[in-house]
Parts: sequence; C-alpha cells; structure tokens
Amino acid sequence: MSEAFSMRKYLRDLSLPFCAGCGALTVMGEFLRAVHELNYENLSKFVFCSGIGCSSWIPSPYFKADSVHTLHGRSIPVATGIKLLRPEANVVVFGGDGDIVGIGLSHFIHAARRNLDVLVIMLNNMIYGMTGGQVAPTTPFKAKTATTPYGSFEYPLDAAKLAVTAGASYVARWTTAHSKELKNAIKEALTMQGFRFIEVTSQCPTAYGRRMGFKDAGEMVRWFQKSAVPIDKARKLGEEELQEKIVVGKFVCKRRPTLVETVYKMMEEAQKEVEKS
Amino acid sequence: MKGYPKEGVYFWQGNEACAEAAIVSGCRFFAGYPITPASEIAEHLSKKLPQVGGIAIQMEDEIASIGAVVGASWAGAKSMTATSGPGFDLMQETIGWAFMTETPCVIVDVQRLGPSTGQATKCGQGDVMQARWGTHGDYAAIALSPNSVQEMFDMTIKAFNLAEKYRTPVILLADEIVAHMRERIIVPSKKNIKTAGRKKPKPNDTAFFGCEEVPPMPSVGDGFNVAVTGSTHDEFGVRFTADPNVHKRLVERLNNKIMYHAEEIAETETYNLDDCEIGIVSFGCTSRAIYETVEMAEKKGLKVGYVQLKTLWPFPEKIVRQLAESAEKVIVPEMNLRQVFYEVQRAAGGSADIIPLNKIGGGELITPEELFAEIKESVKK
Repeated sequence: MSEAFSMRKYLRDLSLPFCAGCGALTVMGEFLRAVHELNYENLSKFVFCSGIGCSSWIPSPYFKADSVHTLHGRSIPVATGIKLLRPEANVVVFGGDGDIVGIGLSHFIHAARRNLDVLVIMLNNMIYGMTGGQVAPTTPFKAKTATTPYGSFEYPLDAAKLAVTAGASYVARWTTAHSKELKNAIKEALTMQGFRFIEVTSQCPTAYGRRMGFKDAGEMVRWFQKSAVPIDKARKLGEEELQEKIVVGKFVCKRRPTLVETVYKMMEEAQKEVEKS
Repeated sequence: MKGYPKEGVYFWQGNEACAEAAIVSGCRFFAGYPITPASEIAEHLSKKLPQVGGIAIQMEDEIASIGAVVGASWAGAKSMTATSGPGFDLMQETIGWAFMTETPCVIVDVQRLGPSTGQATKCGQGDVMQARWGTHGDYAAIALSPNSVQEMFDMTIKAFNLAEKYRTPVILLADEIVAHMRERIIVPSKKNIKTAGRKKPKPNDTAFFGCEEVPPMPSVGDGFNVAVTGSTHDEFGVRFTADPNVHKRLVERLNNKIMYHAEEIAETETYNLDDCEIGIVSFGCTSRAIYETVEMAEKKGLKVGYVQLKTLWPFPEKIVRQLAESAEKVIVPEMNLRQVFYEVQRAAGGSADIIPLNKIGGGELITPEELFAEIKESVKK
C-alpha cells in the first residue's frame, strides 16, 4: 500500500444519496478499502453493473469507473454480455436482495450454474427499501412491513445457500457489523475467478428498522452482531436453533472451469474445425 | 475469411439469410432463447459466430438474452437477439432501456400468430404496433419489414447500420413465412456490402449522452469512466431524476435524432405511385401477393399502384400520402385485424378511401385472388 486510504480517490465529486445510517455506506467503504489494499490506484480495471434499488446506487454513478446501471433485476445478464466480450475486466455487480434474489433470481441461479466470472455483492436489508418498505423474499417470518401489516406469512430465502447449491465458486456472508471480515472476503473474492457471491446483511433504518421498533441504525447493527453464528458452529446446530440467526463466514471456495474459460475454449475448437474444412 | 459467406447465389431459408447477414454486418455477439419460428437464427449463429471469433449464448429467458446483448454492445460488439411474439413481449422493458441508454443493437421479431400462445407455428403480422409502442414512455422506434429471403439478408445489414448510425435499438420485424421459406438469394461480394460502425469518442471526450444529435459511444473497459443509466441523465450520464429540463432535453433529443431523419430511414418500393385509381399499401409476407394482383388488374384495364413498406417505423407517411392523393381507394391487406390500416388512414389525411383487408388464422397468406377480388369490389362502390 503506497498511501493512506481515501474513498474520495475512487469517487466522482457528487453527494451520496443514502439515508443516515444506511448500510450501503459501510459496504461501499469496505469495497473501496479492499480495492485500495489490493493496490489498485484507480478503478480502470473494473466494470460495475447494478440494477434498481438503493444499493444499486453504490457504484452508479458515484464510482469513478465504468458503471452500467441496468433495469430492476437485470444486472447479471448485462454483466454476462460485458464479461464475455471483456474477459480482462473485473466485473462487479452490486444489488439488493429484491434485485438479485427477488425479480432477478433466475439470472442469479444461472450465473452461478454457468460459473460466470463476476463478483456479486448483495446487500440484504430484508426489505424493499426504495419503494417504502414492502415485504421481500428475504424478510424474516412474522416481520411487519408495509405489505405485511400483520407480519410476514412467508419464510425467507437463504441466498448464500442457494448460490452454493447452484455451483458458485465462492460464497460468503457477513453483516455490516463485520466490516473487517467483509473487506477480507471482498479481497479474497476479487483475486479469484468464477462466480463469486458475497451477501451482506445490512440495515435499512428508514424502511425496516422503523417498523420493527429499532431505535436507530446502531441498534440494528448490534442486532446483527448478536444474531451472527459462524458457519462452522452453525453446521453443528439444528434448524430450530438457527432460527432468527444469521449464519456468517465462508460457505464455499473452490476452483472449477469458468464461463469465460469454457466459451473461449469452444471458440478455439470451432476455429480449428473450420480451418480443417 | 473462414466462416464468412462467399459471394454467390444460394438457396437459403429466411432465418439462415438473417444469420449470415449478421455475420457479414460484423455482429459478434448473439444471445437468445429458443422460440418458434425464430430458433434457426440462434442455431445458425451458434455454429457460425465462434468460427469468426464471435460468441453465441443461449440464456435462461428472453429478458436475460436482450440484457446480455445490451451489455455486449457496451463492451464494443455489434450484438443481436432473435425471438417471436411472446419473447418480444418479455424484451420490451429492455428495449426501452436500450433506447434510453442509446445502445445500438438488433432485435429480430419473427412474428407468429398471437395473442398469447395463439397458433404458435403459424404466420401473423400482429406485432406491428408492438414494435412501435411496446415499451413505456415517449420513444421513437425503427422497425424494418422484409418480404423475401433476399430482404431478410439485406435488411439485417440495414438494421445493424441504422442501429450503429443512430445509436439505438432497431427491430427487424420479420414473419414466419419470410423466415421459414427457402428461395434464391444473392450474396454480394464483401466490398459491395456497406457496413457502418459506431462513432467512437476522442481521448478526452466526456459527453457520451448529449451535446450532439448522436454522441460518440465509448466501450466499457476503455478507460472513459462512462456512467450508463436508464434513469434520466445529463450529457455525462449523471442521474437527474426530478429536473424537468434535463428530462425534456434528453428525451426530445432521443426522439428527434430518429424522427428528424424519418424520410432518410424510410425505405419503400413503389409502383404507379402518381397514376393509379386503386392503391395498395402492404408489407412483409403479405406484400408478396401484390405483383400478381397488379398483373391481374392491369389485364382488366385497371390502374393499380402500390407501396411496399420496407420500413414500418418511422412510418413512411410522405410516400403513402402521395399514393392516397393519386388513388381514389387504397387497400391495406394485412395478416392482423387492422394495424397498418390506421397509419395509412392517418397519412392519407382524408385524400382517399382506405379499405382494410384482413385475414387471420392458420397462417394463411392473403392470395392475389383475394386481393384482386377486393380491388374489383372497391371499383364497384
């Protein structure tokens, strides 16, 4: 590391849009800190993609970089087109739980299956925050939201587990109460290939905390801290014991052929075949 | 170049001609999802694109397909997808995004018979208005309508050229009949095919979304720090989600860059435009009946003129009005329940009687006999 960390170095001169206490600021900061610690002087080796939702604003247009702000749920397909044509770029997707595993869920599963070479950082605030606090596929059972005034009658999705099952190369989950671990996970993921997924349990004091009776963002972060169970410990616990807990840590880290590798190999073979004919 | 079609005469299917033309146009990325009657385009490109260093990928659905196409276009590749009605429905939101972000790309809609699953393997022409108004908000569309295998080839090239020139999505509105029939086609030599590329920025350019009618387009990964967004944005890609002036400036320019050039984009084939009693305005597979109909009518001493709409959007109103000013009656045959009919009526501005001739079901073409019968009927009135 050549100099002290400064977020400004990587940002455009614009004021940020996040509410006071929003977890997006922590994630933005830890991502840029990871980039800094990996000795990237700027973001020219990165292409960012995001969808619609508060956390999709992390890169766009604030990062001094190429950023593609796509439609709701469609950042991963767009990232697929970009990465296949620009295999040398570090393609990073930012999105929320509604964006990535709500409306965009099938793209998420298929990208993991293909082992598409992108890093997806998903902020899970358990709510549709931008639209005013409606129930999400990640909302805890019985949580009160704008569209579940009597408490949610559905069970939440475990996105990290799903990514492992679908074939991701790297999966980790941390919370905004684990900034150092989060930064280290981002660093590790940025130096790997294939489909990498980091889920960050993040606070939305405005649309979730308020309805659920949290005093402020700090109280929500302390809730994450208290509910976090390391994955090794969680493996020994039963389903019931894990209810209302947040399993944190590294879920998987493995090497398997990536989409870029298999596509370009196929192309080579096709060209050899046509040369012969 | 290996994998590139040699100059010559071929006996191709429409979809095959479209795929070959994409390669000639310099298309190097295709993403699609299987759907009748468009799948042959994906199949053909899956074989041919890798041979010329391109990529074809089958995505999980049509939404992902066009998303990947827009992404690849921003990564610098000429890109295309191909689908039919149900898939075209799913793509509409992203077509709007491509329009708003000024992303050149080609969307082939091989029309089949809707609504919904309808008669999935049969021909229809019911997506004309969808090609114009399918996505929400104020926008301008470019849509081309081929009537032969040769035109599938030529207009695919034209679609890429228009997309690059105007930095906008272009729709090739084909139909099941044109896409699935086989006929003779001539592939010109490479030097006789004009292909256009996008305007690239100079090293210090920063205004990629304004200042010029069609601004230069950088690729991501080239160090321009381009911020692409479908939200209302200024010349530099910075979001302005409440400022009325920024929205007006952007959306008017996006519309005007196409509508100011409507006549330049509009392509038609005409016959007896200024000297006819009966006019016919037709497009796509339906227009194939015109030639024989005209012969039949002329044998009976009737003066018939026609306009074949090769461009559907922007609508070639000037030419259609010219026909309507000469003819007393204008017949509009189409395989739907009146879509182009109302456009012709609008363009004619009351200068002729506009008569619809519509046929749907079973993918059956309007025959020259049926068209001629309508002419005889209209003369009597």
